[in-house]
Formats: sequence, C-alpha cells, structure tokens
Amino acid sequence: MNPFSYHRPTETKDALSQIQKANAKFIGGGTNLIDLMKEYVEKPSELIDVNALNLRGVKTHADGSIDIGALVSNADCAYHADIQTHAPLLSAAILAGASPQLRNMATCGGNLLQRTRCYYFYDKATKCNKREPGSGCDAIEGFNRIHAVLGQSSSCIAVHPSDMCVALAALNAEIHVRSPRGERVISILEFHRLPESTPEQDTNLHPDELITMIRLPANPYATHFNYLKVRDRSSYAFALVSAAVAFDLEDGGTIKSARLAMGGVAHKPWRDLEAERMLTGKRPSKDLFATVAKHVFAKARGYKHNQFKVQLGERVLVRSMTEAIEKGVKR
Amino acid sequence: MSDLIPQPGRYVGQPVDRYDGPVKVTGEAKYAADYAADGLLYGFVVNAEIPKGRITSFETSKALKVDGVVDIITHENRPSLAWFNSKYADQDAPPGNHFKPLKDDEIRCQSQPIALVVAKTFEAARLGARLLEISYHAEPFETNLEVAQKDAYEPRSKKSGFEKPSSRGNFDKGYERASKKIESRYMTPPETHNPMELFASTVVFDKKNESWIVYDKTQGTVNSHDYLVNVFGLKKDKVRVVTKYMGGGFGSGLRPQYQLCLAMMASLKLKASVRVVLTRQQMFSFGHRPAALMDLRLGANDQGELQAIEHKVVQETSRFEDYEENIVNWSGLAYKCENVSLEHKLAQLDLFTPLDMRAPGATTGLFALECAMDELATALEMDPLELRKRNYTDKDQAHRDRPFSSKELMACYDQAAEKFGWSKRSAKPRSMRNGKKLVGWGFAGGIWDAFHQKAQAKAIFKDDGRLTIQSAVTDIGTGTYTILAQLAAETLGIDIKDVTIEIGDTDLPPAPLQGGSWTASTLGTATQISCRAVCEKLFTLAKKLPDSPFANVKFEDVCFASGSMHVKGDPSRTLELQKIMKLAGESKLEEDGKTSPGLLDMIRFAKNTHSAVFAEVEVDEDYGMVEVKRVVIAVAAGRILNPKTARSQILGGVVWGISQALHEESVVDHRLGRIMNHNLAEYHVPVNRDIHDIEVIFVREDDTHASPIGVKGLGEIGIVGTGAAVANAIYHATGKRVRELPIQLDDLL
Repeated sequence: MNPFSYHRPTETKDALSQIQKANAKFIGGGTNLIDLMKEYVEKPSELIDVNALNLRGVKTHADGSIDIGALVSNADCAYHADIQTHAPLLSAAILAGASPQLRNMATCGGNLLQRTRCYYFYDKATKCNKREPGSGCDAIEGFNRIHAVLGQSSSCIAVHPSDMCVALAALNAEIHVRSPRGERVISILEFHRLPESTPEQDTNLHPDELITMIRLPANPYATHFNYLKVRDRSSYAFALVSAAVAFDLEDGGTIKSARLAMGGVAHKPWRDLEAERMLTGKRPSKDLFATVAKHVFAKARGYKHNQFKVQLGERVLVRSMTEAIEKGVKR
Repeated sequence: MSDLIPQPGRYVGQPVDRYDGPVKVTGEAKYAADYAADGLLYGFVVNAEIPKGRITSFETSKALKVDGVVDIITHENRPSLAWFNSKYADQDAPPGNHFKPLKDDEIRCQSQPIALVVAKTFEAARLGARLLEISYHAEPFETNLEVAQKDAYEPRSKKSGFEKPSSRGNFDKGYERASKKIESRYMTPPETHNPMELFASTVVFDKKNESWIVYDKTQGTVNSHDYLVNVFGLKKDKVRVVTKYMGGGFGSGLRPQYQLCLAMMASLKLKASVRVVLTRQQMFSFGHRPAALMDLRLGANDQGELQAIEHKVVQETSRFEDYEENIVNWSGLAYKCENVSLEHKLAQLDLFTPLDMRAPGATTGLFALECAMDELATALEMDPLELRKRNYTDKDQAHRDRPFSSKELMACYDQAAEKFGWSKRSAKPRSMRNGKKLVGWGFAGGIWDAFHQKAQAKAIFKDDGRLTIQSAVTDIGTGTYTILAQLAAETLGIDIKDVTIEIGDTDLPPAPLQGGSWTASTLGTATQISCRAVCEKLFTLAKKLPDSPFANVKFEDVCFASGSMHVKGDPSRTLELQKIMKLAGESKLEEDGKTSPGLLDMIRFAKNTHSAVFAEVEVDEDYGMVEVKRVVIAVAAGRILNPKTARSQILGGVVWGISQALHEESVVDHRLGRIMNHNLAEYHVPVNRDIHDIEVIFVREDDTHASPIGVKGLGEIGIVGTGAAVANAIYHATGKRVRELPIQLDDLL
C-alpha cells in the first residue's frame, strides 16, 4: 500500500474541492478499494472519506420513485421496508451478493464502482490492460472461467462483479452525481462501459464526480420478479451467470412489459432491450422464453474455460423468467 | 502393555470441553505473530514474478528511501548459510536438493521468496517490498502434469513414510479372466492447505546472551529448532522454539516454512528481534497437495469378486526434491484380490515441492479407487455397498497376509447404512428427484494408517495437588491439550482443573512432528506412562508412612480417585494425595514417560483406521449446482478418548472431503507458470451455507496392538473416502461420471 493523505470532509463542497487534488479518490465502505490498495493495483495519494457527508437515507416519493442515498449500506438498502415492497428485485440481488459482513460495510454508491475480480487484474506479475493500459491481456488465453462472453473486446474480457447493479439495470435506475460543474443524472445503462480499447475506464463517471444518490423510478415489477444467481458455491462467490428478470402482466397473463438484465457475462450489467420487446404483448411460454434466451446469447463468444457460460446463461435466463412468472407473489 | 488402555471414566471417553477453549475465545491465546519484543523489526517477503530463471539485478534505491526501511536482504548481502545440502534437510524433507531461501540468484518456481525488506513498521516493509525493482533472466518452464508425465520416473531414494507399492499375482491373467471390467483415468489437481492462521515467525533476540526465542507457526517445534541450528550453524542451546497455539496446520507446518529462515536471517544480520508474517497470497508460494494422474483397471467375476486391480499414478513433484506420497498402496490393501498391479511414478514440474496435506496419498488414491469401485458396481448391476462386502478382507495381502490389529469395517458399513437409509436407494441413475433437483446417493470407504511414534512426556506432581504434563509437542487445533489433560486427570484420579498442560516448547521433553494422526496415540501413551509412574511413586511413599493404610497391599490393589489413593474395595483405607506428599516430606515428584513403536506389533499387524461414508447430493437439473444435503460417516479408530473433539476432527475431515470433490484447486496458468486464484475469494472452500447435515458414528473397536492405549488417531480418516462418496452420489443423481476434480457445475450441464 502506498502512503496517502486522509481527509474526512463533512460538507459535499469540501469533498468536491479535495477530490481536485492529483491522484485523489473517494472512499466509502472501502470493501474493494482497500483490497486493491494492498495489492498495489490502486495507488491513490489522497483518500477523501465521504462517510461524514449527508448522503444517507432512503426516501420514497408520492409517485412511487425511491431515492437511495449513496452512503446507504447494502444491508440497509436490502432490508429497507420500502425497497422490499416497491423494489424487491433490488433487495434480492443485493442479498445474493458478498457476505453479511461485507454488505454491512459496503455502500450503494461504492457498489456501483466495484472493480472486476479478474485474477489477472489483481496480480501485478501478469499483463492487464485494465490495470496497466497497453500492457496486454493475460486472461484471453489464460484461465478465464469467470470472464465475459458478451460485449468483450480484444483488449479486455473482464466482467463487472456486482449483483446490485444487475437489478439496478433492470429497474432503469438513475445515478445522481455532483461535481464543481454542477449536478447531472446518468442512466444506469450509460453508467458502466464496455471495455472497447479503454478497459481502464469502468464507468462514464468523471474522476471528480461524486455519486450522491440512486433514484429508482416507480415500477410495476414488485410482483413478478426474480434474481437468479448461479455460482460455484452457495455464498461468498461472484456470479458465473445471474439473471434479473421482472414482468408486468395483464390480468389475462399477457406480458405488458418485461425487464431482463444479466450479470457475470459482460463488462457491465447486460440489459437486452430487444429481448424485452420480444416478450412484450406475448403470453409467457417455454418456447417464447427459449427463443428470447437464444436471442440474448446469439452473439455470445466464449473462451477455453468459460464456453459453458453461453449454454448456462440461456438456461439461467429461461429458469429465471419461468420462476418470475410462477412465483408471482410479493415477498 | 495392554494395562495402559484407559477405561472410560470420569474424563476418558467423555465429551470434555476443550482445555484451550477459553483462552482461544477470549483472545488470550498467543499465536506466533502475537508476541512482542523491544525494538521489533518487521520483515516483508518479496516473491519472484517469474516462475523460472535468474535474478540479474536488484534496484533498491526507491525501497531504501521509504521512511522506516532498515535493510533489504537478498542473496547478495545475506548472512552466511550452511554449505552442505544435508543441513537443510528437516524431519519431513523428501530426498533431493532442498530449497534454500536467498541462497543464490536462481529462481526455481512461481512466487519464490527472493528478498526480505526489513523495516520499523509492517507498513513500511510492505511498501518497500512493492518498490523494490528486480530484473530477471527468464528461462523456459513446465507446470502442466499432462505434458510432463512423458518423463515420469521412479526415484531411487524414498521419502520417509513412503512405501514402494508392491504388486502381487498376475494382473494381466486376472484381468483377462474377469467377466466385468472397467478402465478409467482420474485426475486430481494441486490443492493449497490455507490454514486460517498465516505462517509467521517472531524471532526474539537476547543481545546479552546472544540467544533466541523463536515463536513459530509449526507442527514440529523440534523440527524448526534443528533446522535453524543446522542452517545457521548456531549452538543448540542458544535457540528455543515455542508454538503454544496454532490456527490449523493440515500438514503445511510439517516443514519449516521460509518465513522462519528469513526472520532468523534478518535477526542475525541486524542483531535485532524480527517478525515475518506471510500474506494469504504468499501462502500459495510453497507446498501443496500434488496433482495426480491415475489410471485404474478393475476386473471382477459375475459374483463381483475382484479378479484384478491395477492402479498407476503419475504424481507431481518439483525439479529439486522427490516428494512421494502413498497414493496407490491403498488399492492393494482395501479389498481381497489375488492379482494386483501398482505403480507410482513422479513427474517434475517447475512448482515448489508438494507437501503432506491431510491424509496425503489416501485422499487422492482412494478417491480414484472408490469411484472405480462404483463404476464396477454399475457394470455388475450390483449395489456398491454389497460389492465392498463381497470383497472384504481380514488380511493385509500386501504384507504376507498379516491380520489387522483390529478392523470393525463391517460394523461401519452396517451402522452407517442403517442410519442413512441406504436400503431405500433406487439403483438407477437419475431415478430420484426433489422438484427441479436430481437426487443422488453415493457410498465410499476410507482407510488411513494408525501410527505410533517415539516421544516423551514429563509428569510433575506437587504437594499443592496440581499435576503438570510437559512435552515439546504442538496442538495444531486438534485437541491435544484436552486429551492429555483427560488422561492425566483420569490416571491420578484428580480434578481436571488441577491439571496443567505445558506443550509446544523445545525446552520441554522431545516429541515428534504433530501429524499423521499419531499424536493422540503417541503423546497419550507417553502421558499415561509418566502419570502411572507418579502413581507408583505416590504408592511407594504412602506405603512407607507410619501406620500406612497401604502397608500390606500391592500397587495393583490400589486405585486413584477424588484426589486420593484407596484400597480397591475398601474405601475406608484411603489417603489424600496431597497428604501423602506432606507426610512423606515431598514437595514435588517428577516422572518421565517414554514411548516408542512396538516393533513386533509393527511387523505382525496391519494397523489402520477405517470408515464408511454415505452422501446425498442434490443437483440442479438446469444449471448443475451441487449441494451435499447430508453425509453419514461411521469410523472405526480404536479407543475414542473424547467424543466431542473426535467428532470435530471427523466433521472437519468430511467438510474437506466435500471441498475436495466440489471446490478446491490451485489453478495454475501454465503459460505463466503461476497460481492464479491465490486468495480465499477465488480459491474456494465450502462456506457455511454449503454444509448441511453431517452425522458421525464411532464404531466400537477394541485394539491392544495399534498403540499401548488402544488409540488409533482421527485427524485424517474423515477426509478419506468422502470425496468419492460425493462424486458417486453425483453420478447416481445425474448419470454423469466426472473423473477430474473438482466437479463443477459446467461438468454437469
């Protein structure tokens, strides 16, 4: 770990001024950043601890939208009554991730900025374009069991590790950020990036921008939803494949609208709008789900150790959609 | 010696709470990295970033500029080390050219330690280590056993504990004659021990006396002591090694690890106390369970009687040492068969020398044999348990048909099968289900050795009524403290609260490595003998007292209970032990107890523990996730001293067997020669939620030959066979036979 100065501002404006310093980084729960600092992957000179800022609390508006403060812990968010009632998909996704200890520490804002768990990214004895731009990628020809099959590039095949973000993608969350230039709102779908030739940039957040809150628009998906996560053990493992699914059904059972987002398959939560359109106006059926799943993975490409993710992804998606329809009860 | 067998009593055979429990849960127990010293310096190890080659230069200027960094020790500036290779041979060393930390510029395997940055704080040392720049000359390497197997060989000299497997009869003829045959290749990966406590050594230097107390994480205090003395040419009495508590060993502490050598090196060079603690990532930079490629052929007649067994293995070793473990021998011991062909070969990889890991050899070999037996049962359309029973043997055919000292395996089969409900199994694969989950029931048997070693313990009884037992042996978390206290209290008939156990210190009577499941039998016997000697001494003193109530009785006629000595059958003739001491004018009695293996028993009997393991799995039909819903294991391991700590040993072993089947693999990227999942987020072991019901049955087994106290040891038998039981259950659930571990969901899609 490199030496760094530590600041703990109590006003957002001070935090935004301190982040202007060279090589400064915000720290929230620290559950990922500290690990990366110990591995010498992240080497900030200044740490701006945002925990004293007034960015906590979950607020539900009259129109049904919900604001989640950036500093709300993953655990507090998942167990919040309003989240469980109006956005149970988010609650389910958060609780599928990490461990209780980590969920107590990790913040919702920080979760958006989790970095990949690619083995090569973490090991500075290897080549990684995300860690050292231009150095190459040892994962493409290496041990790539946990890597991407959708949207990857020749410079990076890492996946985004978050469960929470998969649900946020399905729920069209808006990320509210602030900088000295003012405030702006980034759609969750525009927040994370595909690797292309710049895998060192995980997101479209500017280095001096602070996430202040996550807004969940009102949604009709509190009944038919499912977060299905498949992994190598039953807890404390990142998703090999996960699928956040939500339906709004007509009284007769026809799909009025659908949301699908996949985790563990790409550099960002993988939302497929075309697949959602294929579902809209149709009656749920095994064949429909199989066709949609085929479509989602039509352009998927696997590597030596993760080829299975294509077949697995289709099966998980079908199963998740089936369970979302079948369960159909508020949890 | 059979009179030493302790009878169940107030403590022996009872579920006595752990002696070391309170100090561990209150945080009072000190581990190797917990000891403080004046002016303590901290060393951080720098590991090579290439798997093979030479160091061409170190650029130290940036690292030395870090505030607090005191020195950077490399092969260029280290203190002198022993010249002869033999000086580096510890008690568990395989034959070969042993690894010598910082000896020269050569890099022989991934993450080899190549420098130690020493600083006034751990953080400064760690930063210095990151800033040290190293130039290398890289050389070609090979870490893939499937490639290296073409050069497999049988080494000339054997590792201690390795027995060259012996074939018998005529395999080819037997196999040809057999009406049902199976032929399979099994592969098991390298696995890394990863005990919870990181390897650490705190070397405390006494400037005045030029001597050292070394707090080390080791399974053998004597081993670490002798290693330091030999490598650095120190006087024996100048070094004392202490390991009071240990957060797990599993074999990884059988050899002195490199942090010990580096901490001592820094202490010698800087004339200071030094602590070196490895990181979790660095725990992947030394010994591991070796990868193995196994070819099996089994042949049976229509009745299921084995006609031929062949088990060949190519096992990984390093380029520098011939590490061998008994992988195939079990296939000549487990079942009755006239024609057995066994072969054990090594192939060299550019990785560190492998190292004993819980039930070394048996965990690997019996996984393959017990899966192959399941395949044979399928070929015969016979119940897998029935197949085992038909091939039951009461003789060790590999050793002149000698009998087993005891073998209650049939009772294990029956009791565990009954508890599990095995008779309700539907034989066909994919025939049992629970909703979307395929249900499978699998069976396997386990065997391990019942060893007895040479060791010594001292019993000290004082006139305050307190008894102290001393030995250099370590308790690696298994319950050694507890069982020694039980045996001592039982023998002297005193309250267990009046017993103190002092172990894990080379100033105390010598003991062997804590491993091989031999500590309970070995140190238990030494403790029994020393306590018995105290009893005899007390009796002699009591008999001489004026008006002694014991004047006309023999030692055999008295017993010890409630802090007193009584005449058997006449409780009125009694004296408190403290009173005997006072009346005799003695303040302290000291007696040594020595034990060594009974040579005659070693030759006459096969001495083994046995187990029967039944497992139920559920496999998701769509995505292949496996859950082990329950395991029933019956164990025959001689006398059980403490059913609570014994059960814990078996539980731990079973969890590890599940882990072997489903999770563990040190994944080597063969292009980089590097283990890539070197942390506990990516090196998977089961989490709490992965483990469901585990039922442990101890079958009664009386044995007067395995060890003088009738104990056989329990540390390893729990893992043996469990992996195969899980794999066989997965086959039963899915109809898929996966022969390469770990079995992961993509194998089952």
